[in-house]
Amino acid sequence: MKKFKELAAKFLFLLCATVSILAVFLICLFLFMKGFPAMKEIGIFKFLGGMKWKPLQNLYGLLPMIIGSLYVTAGAMIVGVPIGLFCAVFMARFCPKPLYRVLKPAVNLLAGIPSIVYGFFGLVVIVPAMRAMFGGSGKNVLTASIMLGIMILPTIISVCEASLNAVPQSYYEGALALGATHERSVFKAVLPAAKSGVLAGVVLGIGRAIGEAMAVSMVAGNMAIIPHSIFDGVRTLTSNIILEMGYATDLHRGALIATGVVLFVFILLINLSLSLLKKGDKA
Amino acid sequence: MTATISLHKFNKIFKNWQSLKKHPASMLVRILVWLSAIVTIGIMLMLAGYVLIKGVAHLKPSLFAWTYTSDNCSMTPALINTVLMTFLTLLIAVPIGVFSAIYMVEYARRGNPFVKVVRTTTETLSGIPSIVYGLFGYLIFVVALKFHLSMLSGALTLAIMVLPTIMRTTEEALLSVPDAYREGSFGLGAGRLRTVFKVVLPEALPGILSGVILSIGRIVGETAALIYTAGTVPGIPKTVMASGRTLSIHMYSLLSEGLHTEEAYATAVVLLVLVLLINGLSELIARKISGKDRLK
Repeated sequence: MKKFKELAAKFLFLLCATVSILAVFLICLFLFMKGFPAMKEIGIFKFLGGMKWKPLQNLYGLLPMIIGSLYVTAGAMIVGVPIGLFCAVFMARFCPKPLYRVLKPAVNLLAGIPSIVYGFFGLVVIVPAMRAMFGGSGKNVLTASIMLGIMILPTIISVCEASLNAVPQSYYEGALALGATHERSVFKAVLPAAKSGVLAGVVLGIGRAIGEAMAVSMVAGNMAIIPHSIFDGVRTLTSNIILEMGYATDLHRGALIATGVVLFVFILLINLSLSLLKKGDKA
Repeated sequence: MTATISLHKFNKIFKNWQSLKKHPASMLVRILVWLSAIVTIGIMLMLAGYVLIKGVAHLKPSLFAWTYTSDNCSMTPALINTVLMTFLTLLIAVPIGVFSAIYMVEYARRGNPFVKVVRTTTETLSGIPSIVYGLFGYLIFVVALKFHLSMLSGALTLAIMVLPTIMRTTEEALLSVPDAYREGSFGLGAGRLRTVFKVVLPEALPGILSGVILSIGRIVGETAALIYTAGTVPGIPKTVMASGRTLSIHMYSLLSEGLHTEEAYATAVVLLVLVLLINGLSELIARKISGKDRLK
């Protein structure tokens, strides 16, 4: 009887462990199964390379959204990575203890704020500021980049800080002993040693930026055309789904699911590079 | 006493700055590093401060009326739905997450290829954006399984979303329990199952709890995964098969209707306070865990 109980429990635990495998399998299956037929019907090259997204005329060209996603993600990196990295260095090596007790919860709070609140903040603060400074509607690539740059800060900071803290103290002390200043020791000895962790933080940030839907759709303007300057409106892959899924039918719905497939492939590529980074770390 | 200490510190910092004059590059770097930290704190203060200060003024009793009408835009049903959704999601995700972590740590042999596959898939899951979860949940739960837009569809979608978080934190918590505990229990004649439930799990509880709280934070703040799975009906659903909107979706709906900025402000305040509470709680638990580690 006891043996049976042990076996049954083991089987139950094993079953639960397979749930995550099953989930990934089902996500791939359903997205690809529903997305590919639509892609085929539109024509893969027409879908991925088409410049016009006009569902009413049965035109489903995704290129503006792909480019848009890449633009705002790159913009978010330009805004978020330097601040995040420097802030992580500050927290790991410069921060006086009392200040750390404020800064750490602040970063945690930034990580916990829902994206809808970020989007709202962008809508009522950043967008009007942009409008006042540069004219136009205020909803553009720059606004979305700043918004996303802020949103990826906590990810970059916490991953980079952890990897900086994992560097042995002797690296820093060795550099100091050779006569380097505190700053030089940190940036020339400690930071290079934490390189792969920092890169992992940046890649995670990219993943978060490209996958963010709510906040971006609220501040980016959402025009389905390739922006010519950073003051033009832009629509990302994610906002494309959010905006139109509610009323889409038939091929239109299929095209939106195919949009999800493209996004999913991007994320898988990012995941892959992340695991390669981790492997490189161990070797 | 404290004054002399701070004066001493100040002196030290001042001397540091003086010596930095000889190294302009180091000086520049130090300024940049401080500036980044100030910007980060500044952003947080601005965000929280702006929402709280502007929003509190818009909190009025009618926003907390028991039922939602298009006049009062009450958030009480949404608030209740948020609690229901959190509860439902955790009901599904916590047992699965904790059990699979138990399998990975307590049962699987080291180097088991199955464990590697599970780990890869959880990592994949944790990288998937919420909108993709939303699409998937819509395709499988709403359309294929015919649960329609409902609390159940939403909770199932969210359960898959928070699963990696719960699994990872539980695994870490289980791994941090010293092997001596297990050996002691085995030595007393307990089986593996009894050891896990009576000895290892109680010890790992704070760690598991911190994972659960993290998940609650994600559930409360989630929008993109819920719009097309749980739907946007503003009342309290009678069954789990009916649609109901959580606070975040409530706020999204108010904003997309475009007429209710004031109500959206008020909702943002309530959301922010919830997040603050959740963060505070997780901080408390984290402190408790590290405090216990010190005692060992």
